[in-house]
Amino acid sequence: MAARLIQKILKSIGINVSRETNALPSSGIKVSTTPACGRSYSSGVRKVTLIPGDGIGPEISAAVQKIFTAANVPIEWEAVDVTPVRGPDGMFGIPQAAIDSVNTNKIGLKGPLMTPVGKGHRSLNLALRKEFNLYANVRPCRSLEGYKTLYDNVDVVTIRENTEGEYSGIEHEIVDGVVQSIKLITEEASKRVAEYAFQYAKNNNRKKVTVVHKANIMRMSDGLFLRCVRDMANNYPEIKFEEKYLDTVCLNMVQDPNKYDVLVMPNLYGDILSDMCAGLVGGLGLTPSGNMGLNGALFESVHGTAPDIAGKDLANPTALLLSAVMMLRHMELNSHADKIEQACFAVIKEGKYLTGDLGGKAKCSEFTNEICSKL
Amino acid sequence: MAMLARNLGRTLVQGLQTSASRSIQTTAAVNSDPGTHGGNRTTCTLIPGDGVGPELVYALQEVFKAANVPVDFESYFLSEVNPVLSAKLEDVVASIQKNKVCIKGILATPDYSVCGELQTLNMKLRNELDLYANVVHVRSLPGVKTRHQDIDTVIIREQTEGEYSALEHESVPGIVECLKIITAKKSMRIAKFAFDYATKNNRKKVTAVHKANIMKLGDGLFLRSCEQMAKLYPRIQFEKMIVDNTTMQMVSHPHQFDVMVTPNLYGNIVDNLASGLVGGAGVVAGASYSAETVVFEPGARHTFAEAVGKNVANPTAMFLCGTKMLRHINLPSYSDMINNALHTVLKDGKVRTKDLGGQSTTQDFTRAVIANIH
Repeated sequence: MAARLIQKILKSIGINVSRETNALPSSGIKVSTTPACGRSYSSGVRKVTLIPGDGIGPEISAAVQKIFTAANVPIEWEAVDVTPVRGPDGMFGIPQAAIDSVNTNKIGLKGPLMTPVGKGHRSLNLALRKEFNLYANVRPCRSLEGYKTLYDNVDVVTIRENTEGEYSGIEHEIVDGVVQSIKLITEEASKRVAEYAFQYAKNNNRKKVTVVHKANIMRMSDGLFLRCVRDMANNYPEIKFEEKYLDTVCLNMVQDPNKYDVLVMPNLYGDILSDMCAGLVGGLGLTPSGNMGLNGALFESVHGTAPDIAGKDLANPTALLLSAVMMLRHMELNSHADKIEQACFAVIKEGKYLTGDLGGKAKCSEFTNEICSKL
Repeated sequence: MAMLARNLGRTLVQGLQTSASRSIQTTAAVNSDPGTHGGNRTTCTLIPGDGVGPELVYALQEVFKAANVPVDFESYFLSEVNPVLSAKLEDVVASIQKNKVCIKGILATPDYSVCGELQTLNMKLRNELDLYANVVHVRSLPGVKTRHQDIDTVIIREQTEGEYSALEHESVPGIVECLKIITAKKSMRIAKFAFDYATKNNRKKVTAVHKANIMKLGDGLFLRSCEQMAKLYPRIQFEKMIVDNTTMQMVSHPHQFDVMVTPNLYGNIVDNLASGLVGGAGVVAGASYSAETVVFEPGARHTFAEAVGKNVANPTAMFLCGTKMLRHINLPSYSDMINNALHTVLKDGKVRTKDLGGQSTTQDFTRAVIANIH
């Protein structure tokens, strides 16, 4: 009251007091949730970092590149290799060139990476996540026409906090045979992902955001996450908001997936639910994934490297292609995105050129060519 | 002040309860007449729980009465959301320890406690009695239409440690850490339970569900314990699966699973997921075991609070708990009698509750089951 009065008086004498100075500290963190940066739009052709990955990665990356060329997408690919190299500190890590590339381009597309087991360096996926501060993982799951599963009309988006929670990596063995693992929840990260979820719902004309939690059991940690999302919900009155326990969501999801729209949750729950939703629509080979970060965005296919069919032209590039489509939307190249997506869906719907994993006999190249011809 | 009032209320209510000798009970099964049945009756502790729990246990009691089952119930209203009416935990624990069997509805757990306590009443009860193994047998029922048919999986969940340790603190404002405790002792114990269960019930395979790729020490310890135990049971196949893959496989190819053994939280997830596959929370029964006692409760823990008093909840899960309990206390003929009646009703499909696509009430369904008891 008093502040407003003073402001009014000051204004009347010509001093303009900006409210922003008050507003900034209260909101605390600043999150950019709007599509990527927006600086290099004018130039036309934009550079995107491509990490082809291992196993079937190179084949499906080539397929995506071919389709993009056929669709005349104004993108220039900059392929980088992320095979770990020994750094000056003696540790294996991502080569500096790859890091620089993503840092300048701000956008990347990544095929599946193999994490060598027990060779002393941590998962490359995790390293990339850390390096680019990828705080939100977005996984839309939609039933594809033409590929029948037991579940129809699935259309959910899982948004997962990607930097902390159960994946904090803080663990120790207190005494022999007693281990404690720490799940870390911070207000900053929770607010950030909550804001992203609501902004996503708003930008993509989604009706409802559901926060998935287990605050009845983990009252403080999940309680904090829940509170952050709840607070954020107040800023988006046009979007319906509901709170559900993780177990309830699991139960309802398999009975009636239409109950949910956008789901936002801490790390582990997101990991589990996003894979489960992928299972509803036909597996990881069909679902795209995007990671939004403070320093850029990385889109990827989340399936494995499938070393058994690598190099045989049998892989299904759909997941990577749909991830690339997500990337185009992120870059606001919507018309290209729609065109490619429709072509891809049309080919799957027709069912003439399906790859082995979808029950067809076509080769990866045939599937790719068919999409190109549909563009 | 409020505290005082609550305490006063509680003592008053408890006084009333004891003097009125469990006035919640309305069936003859409780006010049993020892003269007509003679000895050999079993006493079973009964916790109606929150939500639709009281309605369901009432239905169960009706069925027991109709089948003339020689079981007496010792009922305690235990509740976290309704602390004024709740019986004391010690009394309930003492009763269960004395009777060794208990049938329990679901206790609602609020997101916060009035006095800032982190442990829920459910956890306290389980810890007091050391109910370490939760067994949920998820099976497709006849007449229940679902996407997948012929599912038959047993999920064995450790439920005294892990994420449910209630050890949390706010190190600095806005930063909370929550401890997940995994011990070799309890992991070995649950693994042994799972393999013993598999042996006893002629099961072929045990799948350990974990996330040891991320929680290398914690879940790693659990996984190692299961691996060690597996070596002692060479006739049972052992398999391990990461929890996210498990959920994905479960919704697409559920038949590959036989017996599953999981730490606490993953068990909760898989239980509910599997229950969803066979028809929902209303049709799956579970049981929690300690070395001494068994508590039978619905497998997917939902209070279904929105249906309280509407007479629409499906009592199938509770009936199945009842039949399991009867089998446990060595009354298999009664168990079969009720089980057959239940299966007949489900198979006929004429009387179905709302969750299974019908319009019948809890009462209708209960009556139909009673009518089929021969």
